[in-house]
Formats: sequence, C-alpha cells, structure tokens
Amino acid sequence: MKQRLVVVGNGMAGMACVEQILKYAPRFDITVFGDETHVNYNRVLLSSVLAGEKAADDIIVNPLEWYRKNEITLRAGVRIVDVDPDARTVTGDEGSVTGYDVLLLATGSSAWFPKIEGLDKDGVLAFRTLDDTRELLRRAGPQTKAVVIGGGLLGLEAARGLQVRGCRVTVVHLMPTLMERQLDPDGGHYLLGKMEDLGIKVLLGRTTTAVLGNGHVEGVALSDDSCLEADLVVVAAGIRPNVELAYKAGLHVNRGVVVNDYMETSSPSVYAVGECVEHRGVCYGLVAPLFEQGKVLAATITGNRGPTYTGTVQAAKLKIMGVDVFSAGDWSEQHSEPVRFEDRALGVYKKLTVRDGKLAGVILVGDTSDSHRYMEWLRTQADLTSQRRHLLFPPPAADAGLDVAEMADSATVCGCVGVTKGAIIQAIHERGVNTLSQLKECTRASTGCGSCSSMCQDLLRAVAPEFEEEAKKVICGCLPFAEDRLRDILRSQRLKSVYEVLEIYGNGQGCEICKPALSYMLDMLWCGDHEEDRSARFINDRVHANIQKDGTFSVIPRIRGGVTSAAELRKIADVADKYRVPMVKITGSQRIDLLGVKKEDLPRIWADLDMPSGQAYTKGVRMVKTCIGTDFCRFGTQDSTSAGVELERRFEQLYTPHKVKMAAVGCPRNCAEATVKDIGLVGQEGGWQVVVGGAAGKSVRKADLLTTVESTEQALEAAELFFQYYRENANYLERTYDFVERTGIEKVRKDTVYAPEPVRQGLRDRFAKSKARAVDPWLEGRQPRTAAQFVPIQALQKVLA
Amino acid sequence: MNGRQWVQITSCENIPLREGRAVTLGDREIAIFNLGDRFLATDNRCPHRGGPLCDGIVAGGSVVCPLHAWKVKLDTGAVERPAAHDKCVATYATRIDNGVVMIELPNR
Repeated sequence: MKQRLVVVGNGMAGMACVEQILKYAPRFDITVFGDETHVNYNRVLLSSVLAGEKAADDIIVNPLEWYRKNEITLRAGVRIVDVDPDARTVTGDEGSVTGYDVLLLATGSSAWFPKIEGLDKDGVLAFRTLDDTRELLRRAGPQTKAVVIGGGLLGLEAARGLQVRGCRVTVVHLMPTLMERQLDPDGGHYLLGKMEDLGIKVLLGRTTTAVLGNGHVEGVALSDDSCLEADLVVVAAGIRPNVELAYKAGLHVNRGVVVNDYMETSSPSVYAVGECVEHRGVCYGLVAPLFEQGKVLAATITGNRGPTYTGTVQAAKLKIMGVDVFSAGDWSEQHSEPVRFEDRALGVYKKLTVRDGKLAGVILVGDTSDSHRYMEWLRTQADLTSQRRHLLFPPPAADAGLDVAEMADSATVCGCVGVTKGAIIQAIHERGVNTLSQLKECTRASTGCGSCSSMCQDLLRAVAPEFEEEAKKVICGCLPFAEDRLRDILRSQRLKSVYEVLEIYGNGQGCEICKPALSYMLDMLWCGDHEEDRSARFINDRVHANIQKDGTFSVIPRIRGGVTSAAELRKIADVADKYRVPMVKITGSQRIDLLGVKKEDLPRIWADLDMPSGQAYTKGVRMVKTCIGTDFCRFGTQDSTSAGVELERRFEQLYTPHKVKMAAVGCPRNCAEATVKDIGLVGQEGGWQVVVGGAAGKSVRKADLLTTVESTEQALEAAELFFQYYRENANYLERTYDFVERTGIEKVRKDTVYAPEPVRQGLRDRFAKSKARAVDPWLEGRQPRTAAQFVPIQALQKVLA
Repeated sequence: MNGRQWVQITSCENIPLREGRAVTLGDREIAIFNLGDRFLATDNRCPHRGGPLCDGIVAGGSVVCPLHAWKVKLDTGAVERPAAHDKCVATYATRIDNGVVMIELPNR
C-alpha cells in the first residue's frame, strides 16, 4: 500500500519538491493543502502582475490538470491549523482531519508587520500573495497616493508596480540606503538615483510611527515628525518563516525549522522545505534555494537518501524594467579586495570582492549583463588569479559563441529551476526546441527570475538549427521596453496618448527617439483613434513638409502612379512662379518637388495647388512608381499604370514604421524597378508577382516573392495584407527590407497570404479602419490646429533693430 | 542708454505645450518654448549649422535640433550633445504677465 504524503503549502517550494518526488517511482498518495485558493503560481513574478507586464494566468506554474494528471488531491483554500505528531493527523480550519504517514511542511513565510499604530486600518496591505496583488490592483489608480514601507527588493518592486498604475508613490525606508541587505551604500545610492528618475519619491533613515485616518488610511506619521498623505499603505518590511505548525509537530525550531544537509528535521516522519526552513543557520527568502532543497529532499523522502544540500549562494535581482540591479555572495570589504567601476553619467556601478583569489561577492547596478559569469565564478569558486586584469571587463570574445562554448555541460544555466547547459542542449536536439518560449515550456529554464534568459538565448543561437530571436532592443533610455512588449502594454492598458505612456512607463519626459515612435504606435494600434500630440512629432509631421538644411521646406504633391496632365503641370508652374520657389525638381519617384518654401507660405501653396499631399516628408506611404504598362508599351503584359494608381489610392495617407515606396511594372523588364521597392507588383503573362522587402538605398536588396496571383485585385489584396502586417509588427524606423529579413519571408507568407482566413480578415479590417479615419494632412492648411502652426509669432511690442 | 528691457511677446496659448515658436525682435530671432511649468527662451539658431531650434522636439528641459539632432539645454543654452562641447546659445529671461509671455532683452 502506498504511503500517505501530506504537503502543507501549495507554493513554489512545496510543488517544486513534489515535482521532484514524482520523478521517483510512485510510492505516495499525495494530498496538498494550500491556504490560498489558487493553484501553484510563481510568487517571484507578482511584481510583474502588479506592473501589468503579466496577467495572473501567465504566472501559473502548475495548472489544475497537473494535479489531476499526477493524481494529487488538492485542497486549495484550506489552512492547516493543527498537527498531532502522535496520531499523525493534520487539522484544517474547516474542521477536516487528515491522516499522514509522511508530512511535508512547505509553509513558506509571511509578510512581517512592524509594530506601528494603526496597521489595522482599511487600506493597509501586504504584497505577498496573488490576493494581495489583486487587492492592490483594485485600489491603485491614477492619483492614488501610496506609501510603501520598506525599501528592500519587494518594497521597490511594489512601488514601481503601483506607480505604473498611476499612483503617486513614496517609499519610506528605515535604513540610510536602499536594499542595504543586497547593496553597499554606494550601490544603494546609484539605485536611489534610478528610482527617483522613475518619479518615485524615497525617504531614507525614517520609520513610520503611525498610520493615520478614521477607519480608512488617510496618511502616515514619520519619525521625523512629518506626515504623508496616503490612500494606500503597503507594508514590505520583511518576511518571517511560518513555523507555528512545526512547533506543534514538536520539531526543533530556531528562526526557521532546523534541517540537516539531507533536509531532515528532528522528526523522522516530518520534513520541511523552502522559506520556512533554516539550514546551517540561514533562512532563505529567494527562489533558487527552494529548487535545490526540493531535489535533495525528494531523494531523502523517497528512500534514496544520498544527495546533500550544502547551502546556496545568495543572489538577488531587482525586477524593475530599466532598473538593473544584481547582488550575490558576500560583498563586504572586510578581509577581501574590492574591485570597482562606476560611471555617474551612465548610472553604472559595479563592485566585486575577491578573497584568496576567488570571487566572494558582486554588486551590479545599471548593467547586469555579466551577472551570469559572476554567478558561475561564485558557484564554482574558480581561481581568478590569471584573470585579475579582466574581472570587470573581459577581453572581447573572438567569436560570439565562445562564452557558451567555454561552459561545461554540467554548468548551471538557470539557477532558479536548476537547469544545466547539458539539459538545454539535450532539449534542443531531442525536442526540436528553437525559441526561448519553447525552451521555457520544455525545460522550465528561465521561468524563475528570468535573469538567465540571455544565456539561454546564446545557447539557442549557438546550438539550435533554426533559432528564432525573440528578445529585442529597448526603444531608448526614457522608455526601457522592447517595442513588441510596448505594443502589448499600450494595447492591454488602453493607453492612447504619448504623455500618458511616458508618465506611467517612462521617465515622464521622452526624447526625439521615443516620442515619434510612440506617436506612430498609438496611431497604428488604435487605427487613428488616439490622442494626437503634435509636440511628440518631428517638425515634418507638425507642418506636413520636409525641413531642409536652411530651415525652409519642400512641397511634393501627390501624383498617383506618376500620371499627371498638362493642366496639373500648369498649376504647379503657376505656384512655383507666384511663390518664387527657388528650385523645381523631378524626383526619383516620378513626382515634382518644390524646394525652398517658407513655412508660412505652406498653407497658401497647398490651397493654390489644390492637390493632395504626396507625404514625402513622413514615415508613411510615399508613392507607387509605374511604367507605361499595356496602354502604349509594345511589351507590356499587365496594365501596371492603373494597378499602380489604384495601389497608391488604397494605401495613401496611412502611416508606417518607416517610409514605404512601391512600384508596379507591366512586364519582367522591370522598368519602374519594382524588385527594389518595399512593395512591388511585377506583371507577367497571365498574372502578377507580388514582391516585398526590396531596397535601393544605403544597401541594395532584391525583394522577396510574397505570392503569385492571377488578377490585379488579388495582387492588391496580397499587397494590403503585407502592408498591414508590416505596420503592426515592424519596429519604428525599420524598413521593410530589414523587417522581412529579420522575420524571414517564410514566416511573413505564413502570417499573411497563407494565414487562416480569420487572421487575414483581421488584417484587412484593421487596415480598413485606419484607412477610414485617414485624411489628407494638407487640409490642415485651411484650419490650422493652433494659431501659430505655420506662421511665426508676431511680438505684441516692437523692438528696433 | 544701457540696461535691460522687458518685451511683451504673445499670449501664452499661442505656444503649445512642449513646443517652441520663433519670434523676430529687431535683428534677433528668438525661440520660446512652453515647458508646461515655465517658458524658456533662447536664440533660435543651432550653433552647429544654424537649424531652427523652435522646430525641434522638446526632451525634458532640452530641445533637439531638427537638422542633425544636436541637443541644447534650454535654461543655460549649453550644448548637451555632442558631449563636451563648449558652444552655447544665448538665453533670455522670461516671465508671464497677465497671460502674456515677456522676454528680457539687453538694450543697445
């Protein structure tokens, strides 16, 4: 008969251990009690849920099916309140009594509440569980005043999360510097600067003496006799191991449940794992030790006693986007040699401590890209004598794969879950893993704190035959997010104005890089239904003309497909005369450019021309160059002129990540150079080839074939699918030729012309929605958005020269 | 007469939030920026190639020239980018009087 294993605690430590136990032959009937009503989730990522980067569902580690599949009885929402070690039973808070043969305590820890008057008021919360997080999300909103008590890892993550939700946040911290358990005073100081740059107020060296208010929180009183207004108080002052049951079970308990290297407690039938445990005098509050302990305990508990747990190098990483902080080991300078680097302007601080030629500790603020290397040195206690000159700045690797190649197969890549390089390579070979998400699913690597994701990427890049890049560069320092991530955030948070985004996710200011990028994204995402903010646009998009080196502008009217008329040319000539336009030029795009126009003349010139804007100044649809097709040409096989005019008419006035130049040619002689355009229609006997991603600029790239179709309408439709796909997925300022090359034409085809009908319909619908709202920007000449949009300010008072 | 004089320029709403506008005063061309909490004024020409600073994108307390992205600090006129540059644009004191932006000019 199987033994009954009762697990108290349905968190990461308990379930990681059960996962390991399940790897041995089934010998237990397992019952799991959890006082939370949820299945096991990744507590480390609660701050990501608070910050809106992840949904609650995204952080689930073991879904209900997992319990079912492994025949585990889950009693969620039942708190075990008593244990009887003689009768071998546990009692639930709903009155149930459950017998066990083996008891596993994985009770974790709880938020510690310092003795402060008024903590019982409504609006005082911890930040420890999914329910805490949900409650914070419910109460946090624009202008909510939040005070976070505690400037440690959790407090700062809570502060940023709340701020992202629009709260005005103040952190009150007892110690003179932030995160003093992980950072020395200098490191804490750098971190302080970064938090303040984000717009979070930090008060150091102060304690909270009372929470004020009548029933509900209204403020807090501080030790310096000042008061802060507050609608919400989050207590993140530390955690305490939950050891009450261990006492009742008669176990030896200090600060935590005392265990030996086999993870055994003082009782043969009761075990403990995770944050409630004290091993060699240390209670861990981080995720990596849980997994290591779980593995050892699984061996012991299943009768395979042998592996030992000898402690974990303490390492911590702050999970705030754009605030990189990493700390590990013993970084105190007593009996060790410090090695430092700092750059105040860049906000980078690095410190290593070396003892007996080995790395003892590390602090990284502002740049944590080397954290993995240092972690490995700490773990292996490698002799660094020969590398002393390269501790902070390794000599550049001869090839990019070297870092990975230098690692042994047994070296740990993911410290949280405990996945080695060998295990990852095996997954790549045997399970066909090609992307980081597949790797996560398959090995769980990089699902803990996520700090090894770049190492996992490097491994994939080096080993996987069809590696697909997933990580992308962040936009700029003002807004430290990759663009695809940012698009998700804007969409899910329904943000519609540039300043809203910068206030919540950025530094509140923005720059010439992120502002135009955000302006484009918002216009594209909301199909034109966004809050247009011209201050976030480049001058060209404020006045709808292209600024020249002398501050004058160029005017290019739309001449679709390059087809014009005598009357139109006469009109252009008249305008050139009337406004004394210094230069009239035929462009390379079959259009006419009026150069050297003064800003204040723009509205009148547009009115006199009475032609739509050619939008030659913007990141948008430029033109369709055409050949003369079948009307006059002896060789033409398709009416490229009409097709080009129609293509331009359909796409014009829409904005794109970068400019889009197109062409349509009537035969493969390619007179209008369609094969080096962003989108080209190449006529042939009986149909069209639609080609994309061509270039004839800084570099020359022949366009890839998207599809071959029979009718002009089909060609236009294929072009439309690609066009909208590019709008939605390219990074700002990424031309189609970079986008197609990065994405791969096979994937582009799969996602557009070969996509299932609902997907194609979605692209068409969003395209149509944007098109319906698009207008000729030159109409603004008749009704300027602001009084001085085009004309200079006339001073109210005269000043003599 | 040596000294300084305050000149009435235009009502505040003519300069949109976080944008700049140029005004010609005698032989000076001055850019005025609306930073929300204050107005700042500098010479309108970038010390690099004479680009119109009033047409630049405002980044915090600085403006980025539209021609070659030189970055000029609006309160001091110092060039922030390229770094370590000793070139500077002239700045002018401003104040708001009855909803009108005023600039202080040196007399000549």
